[in-house]
Amino acid sequence: MTKPSDLTTPEPGTVLYEDTLAPACHWSLRMRKGTILRLIDNEGGANVGMLFYNPDNLLERYNAPDTLKCQHTFKLTKGNCLYSDMGRIFCSIVDDTAGWHETVCGNTTKQGVADKWGERNYQEYRNEWNQNGYNSFLVELAKYGLGKKDMAANLNLFSAVGADENGDLEYKQNNSKAGDSISLRFEMDTLVLLHTCPHPLNPAAEYPRKPVNYQIIQAADVDENDYCMNFRDENKRGFKNNEIFHLGGHAAGGCCHD
Amino acid sequence: MLLEVVVMIKESALIADNASYRETVPAGDYFMKVVKKGQTFRILDIEGNQAADTLFYNADNPVERYSAVDTIREQGNVYLSTGTKLLSNESNVMLEIVADTCGRHDTIGGACATESNTVRYALEKKCMHACRDSWMLAIAENEQFGMTKADITHNINFFMNVPVTEDGGLTFEDGISAPGKYVEMKAYMDTIVLISNCPQLNNPCNGYNPTPVEVLVWD
Repeated sequence: MTKPSDLTTPEPGTVLYEDTLAPACHWSLRMRKGTILRLIDNEGGANVGMLFYNPDNLLERYNAPDTLKCQHTFKLTKGNCLYSDMGRIFCSIVDDTAGWHETVCGNTTKQGVADKWGERNYQEYRNEWNQNGYNSFLVELAKYGLGKKDMAANLNLFSAVGADENGDLEYKQNNSKAGDSISLRFEMDTLVLLHTCPHPLNPAAEYPRKPVNYQIIQAADVDENDYCMNFRDENKRGFKNNEIFHLGGHAAGGCCHD
Repeated sequence: MLLEVVVMIKESALIADNASYRETVPAGDYFMKVVKKGQTFRILDIEGNQAADTLFYNADNPVERYSAVDTIREQGNVYLSTGTKLLSNESNVMLEIVADTCGRHDTIGGACATESNTVRYALEKKCMHACRDSWMLAIAENEQFGMTKADITHNINFFMNVPVTEDGGLTFEDGISAPGKYVEMKAYMDTIVLISNCPQLNNPCNGYNPTPVEVLVWD
């Protein structure tokens, strides 16, 4: 497959685009293999809900359980890869200054926001309304013909939730400081859905409104010494699955079922 | 192994001989039936250390389904046991765990798949039978429910022990289940129960020896 961009590939590290996502809003974009999505928590305490889909087969999607169990981790940070349900890596966390991002607590809901922070509807508050993460994802999903059944367990970037020995959840305050960032290097073309609604376990008295900057950056080629690829043996195999996928032939796992 | 955490054990008063329905599910097979609102059903780990990978759907509208993240968040705990209300993606209570002689069940680790097996174990193991294949066959053979792959989501692993460490690790411990252990749930709505009795041969959690489970239903 020819890549039209090959003739004009910018230098690695070149910022191709940057913008700000306002608080409590949602967006979606298609990331190309070999580019980095860098998210910056401008003020500290931000939350970014995120989901991934394969734009060529929307049934292939981010899978939180596979991501966690394949890497024997509950938290996500630099070195971790974010997996699809098909054994492939959507993206690798190539840089992270916050240190902990969680993926098991889901989203705020309309009712949850109303119970916790009070309802602020659009009619009265316009774009200062108390938007929720669940509806944010529904809107973005619908743009691609997807719906409730397509909503997987999402990432909550910049938010840390631990568990004690009895399994009780602990929301870690001050996990992400002003200026903290996470860089996701895409290992295959990926549809990214995201929102900037607060984490559902954020104990703040007022509905938190935190903007997030984002940059699309040209990545360097991945070589065999790559930090994320070598972070765990499982990731080497995940990268191999991507390599097979990009041969354009058979998907990993399809040998005896196609 | 020595289990150091305290788990909650609650036995059931229900008697197997009084069950209105019983079915043994061999390892590598699936169970897909509707449990009615008000009925109680039990999954029995006949030989011990088995994993029952389970999904639930509202029988009247399968788009509403068990949600691990909503269940974890609203109970403020990552493990499932007696008293856990299993919530849907619409934040409704689908079922409640009313008895549990195992004491702890996982809902973080998900189900094995041929594809995730390539990552976890070896690319050469891609064609070994896996839970998600059982689910794919279940939805294909039960067209009356109108499900597709999009309905296959983040499940419960009954009888699996997957402790989260305080520094954010995830460990796969020997099972804490044993022959005759069971978990019992009361249905708050007519619920499609979809179980894959796990065929995994690469994970020590079942002693590399997958075994049958039994499903019992009481009116």
